[in-house]
Amino acid sequence: MEYYEAQSYDLAVIGAGHAGVEAALAAARLGVSTILFTISLDALANMPCNPSIGGTAKGHLVREIDALGGQMGKAADATFLQSRMLNRGKGPAVHSLRVQADRQKYHQYMKKVVEQQENLDLRQAEIVEIRAKDGKIQSVVTHLGAVHPVKAAILCTGTFLRGKIFVGDYSYKSGPDGLHPANRLSRSLEALGLPLRRFKTGTPARVHRASIDFSQLEPQPGDESVTPFSFETEEPLSNQVICHIAYTNADTHEVIRQNIHRSPLYGGKIEGIGPRYCPSIEDKVVRFADKPRHQIFVEPMGLDTEEIYLQGMSSSLPEDVQLAFYRTIKGFSQVKIMRSAYAIEYDSVDPLALKPTLECKAVAGLYGAGQFNGTSGYEEAAAQGLIAGINAARACQGKEPVVLERASSYIGTLIDDLVTKGCSDPYRMMTSRSEYRLLLRQDNADARLTPLGYQLGLISEKRYRKFLDKWRLISQETERLETTTIPPSEKLNDLLVSRETSPVSTGFRLGELLRRPQISYQDLALFDPDRPALPTAVTEEAEILLKYEGYLKKQEQQVEQMRRLENQLLPEDVDYQSITGLRLEAAEKLGRIRPRSVGQASRISGVSPADISVLLIWLEHRRKGGAKND
Amino acid sequence: MNGQQSTIAAISTPLGTGGIGVIRISGPDAVAVAEKIFSPAGKRRLADLAGYSALYGRLHDDAAEFDEAVATVFRPPHSYTGEEVVELSCHGGLYLVQRALRAALDHGARPASPGEFTRRAYLNGKLTLDQAESVMDLIGASGRQAARAALAGRDGVLSRKIDGIAEVLVDLAAHLAAWNDYPDEDMEPVQPGPLTASLRQSLGECQSLLDRYDTGRILHQGVETAIIGRPNVGKSTLMNLLAGAQKSIVTAIPGTTRDVVEETVLAGEILLRLADTAGIRETDDPVEKAGVDLARRRLESAQLVLAVLDRSEPLSAEDLALLSQLKDRPSIAVLNKSDLPARLDEKRLDGLVGKTVEISAKTGEGAEALAQAIAQLLHLSEVDPAAPLLANERQRNCLNKAADALKEAIFAAEAGVTLDAVTVCLDEAIDPLLELTGKKASEAVVDAVFSQFCVGK
Repeated sequence: MEYYEAQSYDLAVIGAGHAGVEAALAAARLGVSTILFTISLDALANMPCNPSIGGTAKGHLVREIDALGGQMGKAADATFLQSRMLNRGKGPAVHSLRVQADRQKYHQYMKKVVEQQENLDLRQAEIVEIRAKDGKIQSVVTHLGAVHPVKAAILCTGTFLRGKIFVGDYSYKSGPDGLHPANRLSRSLEALGLPLRRFKTGTPARVHRASIDFSQLEPQPGDESVTPFSFETEEPLSNQVICHIAYTNADTHEVIRQNIHRSPLYGGKIEGIGPRYCPSIEDKVVRFADKPRHQIFVEPMGLDTEEIYLQGMSSSLPEDVQLAFYRTIKGFSQVKIMRSAYAIEYDSVDPLALKPTLECKAVAGLYGAGQFNGTSGYEEAAAQGLIAGINAARACQGKEPVVLERASSYIGTLIDDLVTKGCSDPYRMMTSRSEYRLLLRQDNADARLTPLGYQLGLISEKRYRKFLDKWRLISQETERLETTTIPPSEKLNDLLVSRETSPVSTGFRLGELLRRPQISYQDLALFDPDRPALPTAVTEEAEILLKYEGYLKKQEQQVEQMRRLENQLLPEDVDYQSITGLRLEAAEKLGRIRPRSVGQASRISGVSPADISVLLIWLEHRRKGGAKND
Repeated sequence: MNGQQSTIAAISTPLGTGGIGVIRISGPDAVAVAEKIFSPAGKRRLADLAGYSALYGRLHDDAAEFDEAVATVFRPPHSYTGEEVVELSCHGGLYLVQRALRAALDHGARPASPGEFTRRAYLNGKLTLDQAESVMDLIGASGRQAARAALAGRDGVLSRKIDGIAEVLVDLAAHLAAWNDYPDEDMEPVQPGPLTASLRQSLGECQSLLDRYDTGRILHQGVETAIIGRPNVGKSTLMNLLAGAQKSIVTAIPGTTRDVVEETVLAGEILLRLADTAGIRETDDPVEKAGVDLARRRLESAQLVLAVLDRSEPLSAEDLALLSQLKDRPSIAVLNKSDLPARLDEKRLDGLVGKTVEISAKTGEGAEALAQAIAQLLHLSEVDPAAPLLANERQRNCLNKAADALKEAIFAAEAGVTLDAVTVCLDEAIDPLLELTGKKASEAVVDAVFSQFCVGK
């Protein structure tokens, strides 16, 4: 192999999936010279599984990415086919936006954004080696021998690293969607001391639209009024398609059971650990044997294609079995498969080898994001890409890294979980993973993160002003509701009684009435003649802040308590073995995970409150310069 | 968890030994907490005191006054921890000291974790590094000990009970989480009715454990028992009978027992912590008067009162006055001197005492009947010895927190507040329960979602 010295960059981003694109865009926008490598330019921001963005907790992530100045939300707004706000009836903390996107258009949109970005070069090449010296990154090497000197690199390798696809007893080396895998980089990473392991995931078949009898399926329309992902999207959005729901039945399950021995999973051929939240249909049938049916979402892949995605039916059974069980489904008796379902196994890193900045502990300047870090999902990937991009760029500029605390965001929670607890199967974001979920709502992602995005330089002056105006209106309206008293009236009491809440006999403040769960902001319009005309985003926010005030305060107190520990930072070079009083197990775990703060240390399993006391004493002693005070 | 701003409390004298027990309260609200459980005898308030000064007064909880105590106030930085500190010195022995601690915890203090006073002392510059390091060894040791104890306790019936309560709540939270995180799945919705019913059931179980806390303590630590009666009816003889040795001075001259003498004895299966108090009677002798006052207070705090009457004499006005104080208290009239002819009309005791037993303290006759009567009166004979009982204040504190959070969850669910707010309360209930078993709520819930629900793309 002949090498040549190619152009140098501040930052190389390896992989142009959802993590890589956000990382490269953020870094370039922060002013560092960046190159984005991809195995195929035609697969940039590809969605090899479902072309869907958002969903529970994932929708929160997209809003947070947008609030920090990322691209995903805007791309989704520009290319979606159908949009739904999930969980509308279940309270604001779990409202989640989900769209079905046009896979090709999403790719084209993102490719163009990347191509037009200043400071950013886009290059088709496979990176086969990372060179480092004295624990610090030096350069990245392409398969054609180009050696690019860099100050930093971000690994966003998705499912490409030693990718291997399984369909029944047949398996072959491959990346997703027929793209070629990255077979050589893993060895280089292992040589640098990164602990790699095998994870797997799967995807269902794509079938031809014309082979489905849609009259046999339940239609699932989108929302009448579409909420955008991006806080910047102002034009009205509308749905393009209707999705459908189908169900498996006893015959489907029978076909699967008869052929279960032909599954590579049950036959023991796949060693990778699959995601618990994304079970294959054979997993569902075996593990939940008493469930008479499973749901299938029948979703289009785009406007310019007849391909249909079958959500809920991922499988690694042989092709003939796939066809047989798909055809047992009502409306699918003539179904034609265009792409078969498959399972894919790939290398990922144990995220305990990463710092909360997403930099590898073993190699300074080398970062990881997305599936490489053990997560799954486009949104999880994009969120990490954004943070890794910000931190790599700031490192190149000699600035302090950014670490989002758990209480600030789902992004912060996601990364803290990864680098503190690790993960034993591909990690998916869920609302239940956040202890502060009443505070971390999708509606207030801008309030939580846009000031930081502005400070970092990812949010424009114009957008920031707009953001400040919006929140000024919200606090004015909240204040007005709190101080405006309305008189008792027969009409008001009719409303109250009809909602099964007690009538009033004296004047009542609007805020007090709103705190009753049964009464909405809309309900009080009739009794509130001085109500100003305000955007929905403002009135919804004011209503949530009043209605949930007690619960929000409670969570804020919990955050305050935790923050005292989060603010106690632990130096990176602590020799935990030498700290008197630490239990052996705690010293070992602390030494391996190297938490950034005492707060993070307290979340490590095996570190007890007594160990935390010891750490606090030790820190205080260090702060006093080790001086004895007598 | 280790926030410097919180106020902590703990018993800082060895449990169960020594004549005096000290509760130490440290933190910014130390005086405020102490004022809620301590009423000074005079007009001065604790808040008005300078450091290193003390007030005499009475300790009380929400139920009643239960002891006299001396409260010493230390002002920062001149205290052990360098913070505001109040030390309450009350009478020794398990029951009073723990009751005082419990009162402090119920009024805003939280239990100090192992070594926490020392840690604060160090952080506030009150200890040198050498001192702190030796304390760190101790902290480490206590951590190991606690871990061993937790491990040993895992097989215990109490852990299983708490695990059981937590498991139900985790399942409930998992159902809510799955329902929230997988809204498109074909899943049974969570209905407010069954949800609150389930929450109530769990609350009931927490409550019953809390209610039985006193029973648990009785079994573990003994019943604080006061023996009262006119002078010379045979109180000390009774005590000696139960104790099996002569502890009190027994003479035929009224008023010879001047101090409260404590003795731990077994009546059948039940541990009694016995105080033979001075005979309660009006007297002008200042020394005897002090003893009488002490006896009265002991009477007020006792969990069981044995009222000794002389069966060989008619009921006197003094007897009746004494018995009238026993209303609504677990009490037994012990009719002593059954070896002599009976001259007391037992019918007149109806409604005044819980039970009546005849004994002869002198011959030992009737001791078994007395033990049975005590067991019946305290419902100890109904206690299933295999039933789970809370063992200490820490467990009680955790369970209390869980119960409070459950009440809030039920309130929210019934008021029609959306379920995302209900789950926040539910998490708050699960956390302290899992704290007892060393797990974390969010992980337990996520694990339960995946093991119990068929969800995913």
